[in-house]
Amino acid sequence: MNFPWLTTLLVLPLVGALVVALLPRASTAVRPVALGFSLATLAVGLGALTQYRTGSSEQFQLTEVHSWIPQFGVSYALGVDGISLTMILLGLVLVPVCILAAWNDVPVDGRRQHVYFSLMLTLLAAMVGVFAAIDVFLFYVFFEAMLIPVYFLIGMFGGARRWKAATTFLLYSLVGGLIMLVAVIGVYLAGPRGTDGFLVTNLTGLDLSVSAGRWLFLGFFIAFAIKAPMWPVHTWLPLAAEQARPTTSVLLIGVLDKVGTYGMIRFCLALFPEASQWATPVILALALISMVVGALLAIGQNDMLRLISYTSVSHFGFIVMGIFAFTTVGGSGATLYMINHGFTTAGLFLVAGMLIARHGSRDIRDYGGWQRVTPLIAGVLLFSAMSGLALPGLNSFVSEFMVVVGVYQRYTWLGVLAATGVVLAALYMLLMYQRIATGPRPVMADVPDMTGREKLVVAPILAAFLLLGFFPKPVLDVLEPAVQQSLQHVGATDPAPAVDTATAEGSGR
Amino acid sequence: MSVFELTRLVSVAPAAAVEPAAYTPVDGGVAQVGWLMIALPLLGAAVLLFGGRRTDAWGPVVATVLSWASFVVGVLVILQLRGQGADERALQLTMWDWVSAGELDLSAGLLMDPLSLTFVMLITFVGSLIHVYSLGYMEHDPDKRRFFGYLNLFVAAMLLLVLADSYMLLFVGWEGVGLASYLLIGFWNHNPAYATAANKAFIVNRVGDFGMILAMALMFATFGALDYATVHGAASGAGELTLTMLGLLLLLGACAKSAQFPLQSWLGDAMAGPTPVSALIHAATMVTAGVYLVARSQHIFNLTPDAQLAVVVVGAITLVYGAVVGCAKDDIKKALAASTMSQIGYMMLAVGLGPIGYTFAIFHLVTHGFFKAGMFLGAGSVMHAMRDRVDMRRFGSLSGRLKVTWLTFAAGWAAIIGVPLLSGWWSKDLIIEAAFVGEGWRPWVFGLATLITAGITAFYMSRLFFMTFHGKARWEDDIDPHEAPLVMTVPMMVLAVGSLGLGALLWPTGVLDAWLEPVFGHAEHHEPVIPIIAIQVAVFVLMLAGVALAWFRYGREEVPVTAPRGSFATRAARRDLFQDDVNEAFFRAPGAALVDTMVETDREVVDGGLTGGTTGGLTGAAGVLRRAQNGFVRSYALTMLLGVVAILGAVWVMQ
Repeated sequence: MNFPWLTTLLVLPLVGALVVALLPRASTAVRPVALGFSLATLAVGLGALTQYRTGSSEQFQLTEVHSWIPQFGVSYALGVDGISLTMILLGLVLVPVCILAAWNDVPVDGRRQHVYFSLMLTLLAAMVGVFAAIDVFLFYVFFEAMLIPVYFLIGMFGGARRWKAATTFLLYSLVGGLIMLVAVIGVYLAGPRGTDGFLVTNLTGLDLSVSAGRWLFLGFFIAFAIKAPMWPVHTWLPLAAEQARPTTSVLLIGVLDKVGTYGMIRFCLALFPEASQWATPVILALALISMVVGALLAIGQNDMLRLISYTSVSHFGFIVMGIFAFTTVGGSGATLYMINHGFTTAGLFLVAGMLIARHGSRDIRDYGGWQRVTPLIAGVLLFSAMSGLALPGLNSFVSEFMVVVGVYQRYTWLGVLAATGVVLAALYMLLMYQRIATGPRPVMADVPDMTGREKLVVAPILAAFLLLGFFPKPVLDVLEPAVQQSLQHVGATDPAPAVDTATAEGSGR
Repeated sequence: MSVFELTRLVSVAPAAAVEPAAYTPVDGGVAQVGWLMIALPLLGAAVLLFGGRRTDAWGPVVATVLSWASFVVGVLVILQLRGQGADERALQLTMWDWVSAGELDLSAGLLMDPLSLTFVMLITFVGSLIHVYSLGYMEHDPDKRRFFGYLNLFVAAMLLLVLADSYMLLFVGWEGVGLASYLLIGFWNHNPAYATAANKAFIVNRVGDFGMILAMALMFATFGALDYATVHGAASGAGELTLTMLGLLLLLGACAKSAQFPLQSWLGDAMAGPTPVSALIHAATMVTAGVYLVARSQHIFNLTPDAQLAVVVVGAITLVYGAVVGCAKDDIKKALAASTMSQIGYMMLAVGLGPIGYTFAIFHLVTHGFFKAGMFLGAGSVMHAMRDRVDMRRFGSLSGRLKVTWLTFAAGWAAIIGVPLLSGWWSKDLIIEAAFVGEGWRPWVFGLATLITAGITAFYMSRLFFMTFHGKARWEDDIDPHEAPLVMTVPMMVLAVGSLGLGALLWPTGVLDAWLEPVFGHAEHHEPVIPIIAIQVAVFVLMLAGVALAWFRYGREEVPVTAPRGSFATRAARRDLFQDDVNEAFFRAPGAALVDTMVETDREVVDGGLTGGTTGGLTGAAGVLRRAQNGFVRSYALTMLLGVVAILGAVWVMQ
C-alpha cells in the first residue's frame, strides 16, 4: 500500500494549527507544540524524500489522485517532481527555523500567540499544497488560500502600517489570481475536459490555437510575475517586507514567492510552449530590468527589511532569466537558485530581526559599529551577506554562476549584462554591512549578543550555505530531470559547444 | 598516458610554446592527501573563528603550526614529484563531484604540478613566517584570535586558488582570497576609512570577477567544460576572436586581483590592514594571482597575440605608474604598495611576452615575494617602534636604534633596486632583457619602459630607505624607538637571507628553470635588440643614478617634516595620478545619482502606490491593472469575503 506522504504533509501542519489554536488561554505550550508539529512535518518530509527516485521516468512521483468535483473535472491530485519536492523541503526546513526565530515575537498572555503560531502552521500547509498540487484547479485553490494566513500574519502582527501593507499585498495577489482564474478555466475548456480535466498531465501538450495559447499564457504569467515579484509589479513587496515580521517575510519571500517562478516552469512552459517562446524576449528583458533595478534600489535603501526585499527582486530577476534561457545549465541554476535564495533571504531577514529586536529600529542609519556590540550577530550578518552576493563556496554562487553561464550560452549579450549583477550585489551587501557593523562602537547600553536559541536558528542556515556551496550535486541531480522535462515541453535543446572537445585529448575527468 | 611534447623550435621562431598535456591521476604517495595543504589552514580558520573565546589562548599558535604543517605537506609533494619523470609531474587529484547539469559536469580536483607547487612553497613559507611575525606584531590586539583565523583562511583560499584543476574551483579560491583580503583590510574597521578601504578592495575586485565569470561563460559556451585539461587541450580549435576575448576577460580578472591598470586603485587604500597582512596578501602572494592566472592560461594566451599584447601593455603602464606614484608617497606603506604595483607590472609584462617570459615572471614573483614581504615586515617593525606612525617625514636616522630592521630592510632594498648578484638583480634583469626581444616598435617601447623604471625604482626605494633609516631624526616628541622582539625579527632575517641569496640559488644553478621546464618549456635565450651587456650596464648605471639622486635629496639634505607643495607632477603622483578622482567622477558620482533618482521614484510608487490612489505612478503595472479594472470590484468583494471568513475564524479562535 502506498503511504499518502503528501497528504500527510498537508494535514499534519493543519492539525497542528488547530491544536495550537485550541490550547487554553495563556498556555505555555503554544510554542513547543507548534515547533513540534513543524518538526514532525519535516520528519515526514524527509521520509517522503527517501521514497523519491531520482532516476524515475515518471514526471510526478508520490502521486495521489482522487476525484473531487468530477462535474467540473477537478481532482484532488498531489504529486512532486524534483523542483516541487525541493521547494516543499525548503519550506519544511524553514518553518521550524522561523518558529524558533519567532519565539519571542508575541507575548505569552492572551490568545495572540496562539493565532500567530497557528497561522504559521497553516501557512506551512498552504506551501505544501501549492507545490504539491498537480491539478490546475487545486493549485489555484492553494494559490489563493495561502494569501489568508499571510494577510493576517502581516495585518495582525506587523509594524505600524501593517494593514496597509497587508491590503496592498492582498490586492496585488488577488488581481493576479483572478486573471489566472480566467486562464485556469480557459485552459480547462481548451483541454479534454472530462472528470479529471484539470490534471496537469491532461493539459500538457494541448493543441491550442496560437492566440488562445498566448492569452492563456499571459493569464498565468501575470499572476506569477506579481508573485515572483518582477519589475514592474514588484511594488507590493517592499511595503509588505518592511511591515511584516522578519519571520513572516522569510516564509513569504523565501518560500511562497517561489510559487511565481515555480508556476512559470510548471504551467507556463509546460502548458503553453509556443507562447513561452513567443514571450521570451519580453520576459528576459523584464527579468534583466528586475535584476538591475532591484539591485540599484537595494543600494539606496535605509530600511534594512526593505533593502533585503529589493535584493530579492534582483535575485528573482536572475531566476527568471535562468528559466527562460531554456538551457539545462540555466534552468538547473535557476531552480537551484530558488532553494538557495530561500536560505540566503532567511539568513538576512532573521539577522535583521535580531538587530531590530535589540535596537528597535529598522533604519540602517541608526546602527553602525555593531561588530563591536554584538560580534556574533554581525558575523552571521556578514556570512549571510556573502551568501547574498554569491561568494564562491557559499550556496548562491553555484546557482548564480549557472544562470549566467546558461543565459550566455544562448544570449551572449544578455549573459554579459546579467554578469553585472555580481558587482551590484557586492555594492548592496557590503554597503549594508559597512553601515550596520563597522565604525566606532556606538555609545549605548549593553545589549546581549546572540542567545542560545538564536544560535540554533542560524546554525541550519549557515550549514545550508556551506553544504549547498560545496556539495550542490545531490540537489542538482534531483532538479535536473525536472528541468530537462520542462525543456522538452518547450522543445528547446542545449546549444552545442562551439569546439568539439570529444576529439580533443586530455580530458582529465 | 600521454606525455609532454616539448617542441623546441629553431631560433627564428618567436616562441617555443609547450603543448598542453594530460595530467597524471594521483596514484599513491603524499599527493593522495595533497588536499591537506588546503584543509589544514582551513581547519585552523574554522576552529579559531567558530571556536570563540575559548580558543583565545592557544588559537594563534595553532594557526601558525597549521600553516607550517601545510608547508611540510607541500615539501613532501614536491619530493614525490621530483621522484617521477618530467612527463609525469602534473598530478591530478579528484576530490568530489561538485556540479553537474547538462554539459556542465565538474569535479572539485587539485592539480599538483611544478607551477602550482612553486606557489605553494611561496605561500606557505612566506605565509608561515608572517604568521610567526604576527604572533609578536599582534600580541596586544584584543582580536588577535580573529586575525589569525582570517590569516589561516587566506592561506587556505590562496592554496585552493593555485592548486585548483579547473577555472571554476580556482574562482572559489580567487574570491576566497578576496574575502580574506576584505576582512583583513577592514580588520580595524572601527575606523570608518578602513571599512571603506575594505569595501573598495572587494568591489573593485568584483569588477575583475565580472570578467572572470564571463571568461568562464565563454569557455563553457566554446568548449563545454571549465577544467584546465579540456579547455587547454581544445583551445587550438577555437576561433581567433574567441581566444582573444577569452584572454582579455581573464586579463580583466587579473588586473583587479593584481592591482594592475586600470583596476589598481584599491591597493594603496588596502594598506589600512595590519602590516603583516600587507606583507603577505598585498605584496607577496594574493596580488600575484593575476600573474598566476595568465601563466596558468598560457595555452590560451599563446594562441592570441592580441590578448598577449594587451597583457604586456597593462604591465608596462602599471610598472611605470606604480613607480611614479612611489616617488611621491610619504606614507611608508603606500610607497611600498606603489612599488608592489610596479613590480607586479614587471611580472605581468613578462607573462604577456609569452613563452620567453613565463619562467622569468614566476622567478621574479618568487624573489619579489621574499624581498617585498621582508621590507613590509621591516616597515611593520618601524611602525611598531614609532607608535604606528607611517609618515616617513617623521622618521629618519632609525638605523642606529633599529639595527636588525635596518640591516634586513637594507637587504630587501638592495635586492629590489638590483644590486648585482642579489635576488632582484637576477630576476628583474631577465625580464628587462626579454622586454627588449622582438621586432618593430615593441622591444623599444617595452624594453625602455622596464629599463627606465629600473632607475626610478632605485630612486623611490632609496628615497624610502634614506628617509626612514638615515638623515636626521625627525621623530615626534613621544617617540622612543626600540627594536622589535625576536619573534618578529627572525622572520625578517630569514626573508633578508632570501632577498640576498635566493636568486643566486635558483637561477645560475638552473634549479628553477629545470623545475618549471615541464610546464613552460626551457627558458630559451633570445637576442634582444641591443646587446645584453649594454642592457646590464644601462640598468646598473641607472640604478646608481637613482640611488645617488635619492641620497642627495633625502639622505644628505634635510627632509622637511611637512611635505613641500611640489610641482604639478609631484602633486599628481601624490594623488595616485588622480585615479580616485576619475573613478569618483565617472563611476561613483553618476552611480549614486542614478540610485537616488530611482529610489525616489520607486518610493512614490510603493508608498503612494495602489492603495494610495496614485496608480499613475505605476508605469508598467498601470497597463496591467487597467486591463483588470473590471476585476477591481470583484477583487474587493472577494477580499471582503475572504476577510469575513478569516475574521470569523480568528474571532472564534480568540474566544
